[in-house]
Amino acid sequence: MSDFVSGFWNYYVISIVLVSVVGCGVLLWMQSSAKHVEGETTGHVWDGDLQEYSNPLPSWWRWLFYITIVFSLFYLAMYPGLGTFQGVFNWSSAGQYDGEMKKAEEQYGPIFKKFQSQDIMTVAASSEARDMGQRLFLTYCSQCHGSDAKGARGYPNLTDGDWLFGGTPEQIKESVAQGRDAMMPAKGVMPDMNGDQIKDLANYVRSLSGLAADSIRAQRGKELFAAACSACHGPEGKGTVGLAPNLTDKIWLYSSSEESITETITKGRTNRMPAFGEFLGDAKVHLLTAYVYGLGGGIKDAPAAVEKKQ
Amino acid sequence: MQSQATYNYKVVRQFAVMTVIWGIVGMLVGVIIAAQLVWPDLNVHEWLSYGRLRPLHTNAVIFAFGGCALFATSYFAVQRTSHAPLFAPALAAFTFWGWQLVIVLAAVSLPLGMTSGKEYAELEWPIDILITLVWVSYAVVFFGTIVKRKVAHIYVANWFFGGFILTVAVLHLVNSAAVPVTLFKSYSAYAGVQDAMVQWWYGHNAVGFFLTAGFLGMMYYFVPKQAGRPIYSYRLSVVHFWALIFTYMWAGPHHLHYTALPDWTQSVGMIFSLILLAPSWGGMINGIMTLSGAWHKLRDDPILKFMITSLSFYGMSTFEGPMMSIKTVNALSHYTDWTVGHVHSGALGWVAMISIGSIYYLLPRLFGRPEMASKKLIEIHFWVATIGVVLYIASMWIAGVMQGLMWRATNPDGTLTYSFVESVKATYPFWTIRLLGGLLFLSGMFIMAYNMFLTMASGKAVDAPVLEPAAAH
Repeated sequence: MSDFVSGFWNYYVISIVLVSVVGCGVLLWMQSSAKHVEGETTGHVWDGDLQEYSNPLPSWWRWLFYITIVFSLFYLAMYPGLGTFQGVFNWSSAGQYDGEMKKAEEQYGPIFKKFQSQDIMTVAASSEARDMGQRLFLTYCSQCHGSDAKGARGYPNLTDGDWLFGGTPEQIKESVAQGRDAMMPAKGVMPDMNGDQIKDLANYVRSLSGLAADSIRAQRGKELFAAACSACHGPEGKGTVGLAPNLTDKIWLYSSSEESITETITKGRTNRMPAFGEFLGDAKVHLLTAYVYGLGGGIKDAPAAVEKKQ
Repeated sequence: MQSQATYNYKVVRQFAVMTVIWGIVGMLVGVIIAAQLVWPDLNVHEWLSYGRLRPLHTNAVIFAFGGCALFATSYFAVQRTSHAPLFAPALAAFTFWGWQLVIVLAAVSLPLGMTSGKEYAELEWPIDILITLVWVSYAVVFFGTIVKRKVAHIYVANWFFGGFILTVAVLHLVNSAAVPVTLFKSYSAYAGVQDAMVQWWYGHNAVGFFLTAGFLGMMYYFVPKQAGRPIYSYRLSVVHFWALIFTYMWAGPHHLHYTALPDWTQSVGMIFSLILLAPSWGGMINGIMTLSGAWHKLRDDPILKFMITSLSFYGMSTFEGPMMSIKTVNALSHYTDWTVGHVHSGALGWVAMISIGSIYYLLPRLFGRPEMASKKLIEIHFWVATIGVVLYIASMWIAGVMQGLMWRATNPDGTLTYSFVESVKATYPFWTIRLLGGLLFLSGMFIMAYNMFLTMASGKAVDAPVLEPAAAH
């Protein structure tokens, strides 16, 4: 893509840059040849005693100035700078990036590829793969999930066996490669829910995992839950993998306080795990999947996940 | 022979005193955010969190402390070297009160989170308009005084002050162009990489004109005055003035190396940054060589010590700047604390020290005293400040190079050796040393304030009579 809307600007940039660089040299040259009387003042006096000597430019300083100008002209000949002229070296930052990526792929690619054909359980059992996976995890995942992968408010814990989008190798890999989008609508499917009802509902949700709750409010909340929430969270609040979290298991993404639950119901929640597939490539995603799987929460076979769904 | 008219010292006095006050405020905020980096628990409230206080710190030290110092010294120098009192004194008074209002509004709006999000130009559009009014008045007062001058030639300090006033007006107007949506929120008139380029054209010229040309003007008046020596070379001032103001205009793109900015723009920014080395050093040479023949005065004149040290830091940071603008060096230094160290070697070493020296020169003259109340305290201030700067920049250099090297280190499998947080952890000791350096510099400002109040208490506000120009040669 061209940086200029018309060919004119190319020549404009070339000429204004060259004139400016050369102009600095011309200024210096002209002023160097002006007359000087060393040790004498110019004869002007300000504010009683302010005067100026008529000393010439220090020659080392003049040469320093000339050298930077000559270097700049040389640089402009070798590297992009004069409009669309690419320079003798034909260098570009995009080209340098591509070159370095290609070299890195050649050098490091095989190290990662050797695990790509093995299944996740095998990779997870290899200590070499675990070390590599951990290094990748610390670089790309720890910012949100934490160095220990135990998560933080809004960022799931990956070590506890509770999976919002499933814990089988295939499901984890899909989460890493393609990312996940999650959205809980405000007030579920009951947009006209009022503040008092939200409080009832929050108390019921707390009671689901045995937390302290106002029993009268919770009783009223139960009916609201059936109407507004059960479509996704299920009639017992046990959730559905990939759709809505289990509310009975004492694991909370956004804290279990009544305040936080009220906020969740009132405003809804939106969350996203970014996709890493295109960025990292399949070989690294494979290693990361194995690492996450091996953190202890991985689910071996599909039936377990199905069971969880029900 | 002296005429009856007096110079307008009132506005100079007001700005000079506020320079010290805002210096303490701005640097105190700096010390607080430096402490927040060491102890993150100090982020006690959103209004006092690092993200809100950091722009308050930069605005307070650049525009409140530096700005008041520039107003005070330029108003003083332009009157005395023009042999005429300030033009439009009412407008001059407006620049003082208007500028103080800008500062107070900044101190309220920034912690509240009102920001345009542009570095060093965070203030929202109503404040930007007030800044414009004050700045245009400043230009009218300054250039009006130049027009009224009783001497044919315009003194070199006034070239630099004039260049700084004109350019800052242009920079502010172009970069702050925005579409207001409410009284407290606006969006930049530019988008994407153009916005970034306009921002850094402004940002680097804020350094070049606000923090360099303006303070060179200060240097050109107060250094020869304090040293009692003529400026070393008139020719050098001519060349380095024109080369400096011309070349700085081009240097902004070096803030955007290896970004979406086109390669050619980055290169142009880099070569002009290199060409800028000699013009910058021209000012340092002219200042330091002005002292040649009077070196003995350095032994017992702490004000001169401040000035000569500021010129040394100026020379050092204007060498470091072009070096950091080279792409391969920038690849290591960018986004690290090295940049923070570089900025502070300029801001504390050059800008603050030349201002402090000049204000020490001004205060007794404004309050009818032969000298500051305590010379000993100036001496102590000098050493405390110098040790503070050295601790600050040395720790940030080490931290910056360390961060740059940690971020690029890789394992045999190509993965990063260190996660980001490991580089944060490794920086803690250096952040602590930096905090100590900042604390020392801040305590120097408290010593200065004490000395200032002693001087004010023992003296009284005076306006010197206008001096007749020396007979023409």
